[in-house]
Amino acid sequence: MAQSKLAGFKDAGELRFNRVHPVSNAFISCLFVVLGLMAIVPFIFVVIISFSSEESIVTNGYSFIPAQWSTYTYEYLWQTRDEIFSCFLTSVTVTILGTLIGLFLITTMGYTLSRPTFRFRKLYTVLVFIPMLFSGGMVASYMVMTQLYQLKNTLWALILPLACSTFYVIIVRTFFTTTVPDSIVESAKIDGATQLKIFIRIVLPISLPALATIGLFLTFGFWNDWYQAMLYISERSKYPLQYLLVSIEKSVDFLSRSDEYILTTANNLPSETVRMAIVVISVLPIACSYPFFQKYFVSGLTVGAVKG
Amino acid sequence: MRKPAGLAKPGTKRRITLDDWQLVGLSLPTLLWYLAICYIPMFGIVIAFKNYKVAPGQGFLYSLFVNSKWVGLKNFEFLFRLPTWKNVFANTIGYNIVFIVLGVIIPVALAILISQMYSKRLAKTCQTAMFFPHFISWVVVSYFVYAFLATDRGLLNNLRMGMGESKILWYQTPQYWPYILVFMQLWKTTGYSMVVYLAAISGLDQEMYEAALIDGATKFQQARYITLPLLRPIISIMFILAMGKIFNSDFGLFYRIPRDSGSLVSVTQTIDVYIYKALMNENNINYSSAAALFQSVLGCITILISNLVVKKIDPESGLF
Repeated sequence: MAQSKLAGFKDAGELRFNRVHPVSNAFISCLFVVLGLMAIVPFIFVVIISFSSEESIVTNGYSFIPAQWSTYTYEYLWQTRDEIFSCFLTSVTVTILGTLIGLFLITTMGYTLSRPTFRFRKLYTVLVFIPMLFSGGMVASYMVMTQLYQLKNTLWALILPLACSTFYVIIVRTFFTTTVPDSIVESAKIDGATQLKIFIRIVLPISLPALATIGLFLTFGFWNDWYQAMLYISERSKYPLQYLLVSIEKSVDFLSRSDEYILTTANNLPSETVRMAIVVISVLPIACSYPFFQKYFVSGLTVGAVKG
Repeated sequence: MRKPAGLAKPGTKRRITLDDWQLVGLSLPTLLWYLAICYIPMFGIVIAFKNYKVAPGQGFLYSLFVNSKWVGLKNFEFLFRLPTWKNVFANTIGYNIVFIVLGVIIPVALAILISQMYSKRLAKTCQTAMFFPHFISWVVVSYFVYAFLATDRGLLNNLRMGMGESKILWYQTPQYWPYILVFMQLWKTTGYSMVVYLAAISGLDQEMYEAALIDGATKFQQARYITLPLLRPIISIMFILAMGKIFNSDFGLFYRIPRDSGSLVSVTQTIDVYIYKALMNENNINYSSAAALFQSVLGCITILISNLVVKKIDPESGLF
């Protein structure tokens, strides 16, 4: 019941007697089919471009029906895979490591704030809330991260700024206060369990939906991030995939410069299609997975709107 | 039931128990994260009041506190006198107002419409498709836009050539960009906002609609006199929260979608873009830190005000 409510649709039969006119329904349906297509057609277009032959693009431009289909771009990317692969690896590492670290940071703080008996609860709540109101601004963060912590060109610069946020901590805190009964925690305490043990053995296992929601927020956030990389990463070998896309916007020549292929393939570099192919590679994991995960995003959203 | 010793009334002064120390330990890493990532950079705001000069061979703290002179509000004075600054400021607020107004009207209207569709399966499919842009980054979107707008190969110019018209230099012509940016913002956020309002609509009490039907209310009247008034609290909250961020802008939208094109700055440069460019391209840390602090302070004030207003409307919905 809760799930179907979250998804936003009522049972089909419920309102059968109170429906819009069939003509209106046809009109509305057409409207949403058009809107739905508008949302995904650009991606399909980019996929088509990546499978077009370079010559047909040079002569005809980008087109939904290319004069000539070709998988040469992907073969080329496979031949020069070292560069792409290292970016892909950076993205995957940052995403996995960041999500795990983020989940740890967010849930421990969320749990601590959800304990009504905690002596410093008020102080901690204020400490967690203040950054939501005020921040030092981008320049101060940049100077501290690069000059004081010396994190330039490290993966930590990509992970740490996005690992935790007050918004997520509040979502988790609200979830813990509403779904983890105090009596369980208190009785475990009487049985001599430490808070760490209670947290790991009791609270986490019954909080999997909240963990999934936050984990997904973090995963998509890390995978899609290019801003931190733009600020903190200047070594090409440490670019994540999203920032590789930024850096090849003007020219893709580094792909051919990377190794001995310079002699054999430099003239055949499919520069027009290769960008779009990298776009496809970076979007494909998301496009394949988000339909299964979207309900968590909706639920996280509605939970987040609830003040604890 | 036996009452455990720790279950005193929250807020009352009492001894710090072992239990409290365990919780302190459990949340220590997160507390350190907050100190390192949120609180220590807050002291970096002194950069805005200094003429920052790097002392070669010395650390950052030495450069900042010893080597750089205090200049008071000079950085702000210079910043506000820049002719670009007025433009940057007006862009930020102007775009935000358009985004906020359209970002409420369109998703609410669409949510009401999609909830009326006969085929729930079709509605869900369309909703899923419309959710897609929410999950991709602005960098990826900038390539989508490029595929349509590129001067030589873009689809739009191809079509124009096909119809015998001349090419438009999209990335060099500022007049189109306010529309393009608003369209892309709506393209990326509408699906998501629609789902928020749809969730609210599906939670409404159906009996009211049945009663209205018996009284002979049309579908339009039901939407006008039942759905909209019931949605008013969530609409006003979303609206006011968005107002609280009126001095912030989506860096990706304004920096990546126009591809950092120099001829477009008059219509695409917002405060966030200005701060980034002043710091990275012009290496002007004084202006950019002043702009960043100005934005932070204004942001803080607007959030506080908007939270107060939210609380007035609905005491339960305030952020804090």
